Amino acid sequence: MDIKILGSGCAKCQSLEAATREAVAGLDLEAEFEKVTDPVDIASWGVMATPALVIDDQVVVSGRVLSVDEVRQLLSTR
Amino acid sequence: MSSSAVEERPAPPASPARRWLLLVVAVVVWAALYRLNGLFWDWLLYDVIGLDRSTRVADSIHFFFYDVTKIALLLTGVIFAVTVLRSFMSVERTRALLGGRREGIGNVAAAGLGVVTPFCSCSAVPAFIGFVAAGVPLGVTLSFLIASPLVNEVAIVLLFGLFGWKITALYIAGGMVIAIFAGALLGRMRLERWVEPFVFETRLRGKLVDPSASLTWDDRLTMGREEVVSILRRIWPYVLVGIGLGAVIHGWVPADWFAAHASSGWWGVPIAVGVGVPLYANAAGVLPLVEALHSKGLPMGTVLAFMMSVVALSLPEMILLRRVLKPQLIATYVGVVAASILLTGYLFNAII
Repeated sequence: MDIKILGSGCAKCQSLEAATREAVAGLDLEAEFEKVTDPVDIASWGVMATPALVIDDQVVVSGRVLSVDEVRQLLSTR
Repeated sequence: MSSSAVEERPAPPASPARRWLLLVVAVVVWAALYRLNGLFWDWLLYDVIGLDRSTRVADSIHFFFYDVTKIALLLTGVIFAVTVLRSFMSVERTRALLGGRREGIGNVAAAGLGVVTPFCSCSAVPAFIGFVAAGVPLGVTLSFLIASPLVNEVAIVLLFGLFGWKITALYIAGGMVIAIFAGALLGRMRLERWVEPFVFETRLRGKLVDPSASLTWDDRLTMGREEVVSILRRIWPYVLVGIGLGAVIHGWVPADWFAAHASSGWWGVPIAVGVGVPLYANAAGVLPLVEALHSKGLPMGTVLAFMMSVVALSLPEMILLRRVLKPQLIATYVGVVAASILLTGYLFNAII
């Protein structure tokens, strides 16, 4: 599984990354994390509000920090 | 990895009645605290601690504690309410609304949407690319980017708390007109050649996610709570410094000092804008200072122009925008916005 956190390093991006890492660990998934901080790269995903979460090349949320539970639900329904 | 406290906390009970009851209780407590603020500090500082009301030190100390409490309460209440209301809007929805608009009406819509859309200037570049690549005209996009920080909820609340609704309404109207006018003017100047070419060629991959969709009321209220914590955590040093400076001015600068020394000159507004543009702070830090300066006789138009130039134009945002805009366009943007604020300042001084 390929996970990207889109955001320019703001506090919210870090919370989103932390929640995602925790959910992944809780579900015993194998995942590669990548941080996308370049605003132009972020825009190329069609994202206009950070932070955003991309799972396997699909934007699943933008402009909002998810809770661990929400990420877990997203991951387990895939 | 062990699970954290956040994870172990049970989901909030999904009882709507309980949720609304809690909200009502919170509103009542908030209103009571707001009402008792002045009385409490009078009682504590003058009656219990026994400070002498007539001294400057006591006056400054009272001003500081009273204002810190009042502003903290106003910020908490309004950020919460605004975040919950704004959770029904999103940048994606705004772009869809602006998509088919022409300039003119598009600038008006963009300025209005800039006020109600949840937006952080840290996302200015992705939003700029997203708008322009989707065919929103440059001037309309700029109207949005000007209105969003200029007419923001923190500024509105604080203006309302410190100066009342008339000044607040004037500020909102002035900010909207600046965003519409400056965006329309910049659009007319045909500055597309100064936008980095790749912006127009950006292909937007990925399916659009509308963050405002599928949120429950619990989600929205939680977002409100989290936003209050996150904004207060970020801006409290600015607020304390602003109120501290305000308290010093309040106690030590003689009343009407500015009226005697500074208000008659035509140069008051240009100086206010010249100082405000490079200064980077947020509305919460600037407003206590603005209130103190005004109470010592600096005219309203001058202090509002100062505040507008601080919040509307910030160096960090310009540095971010440099990724997509050439320096000529950034300079023109700053020039047009600063000139609009200057005119608004003169206008306010003339009519207030």
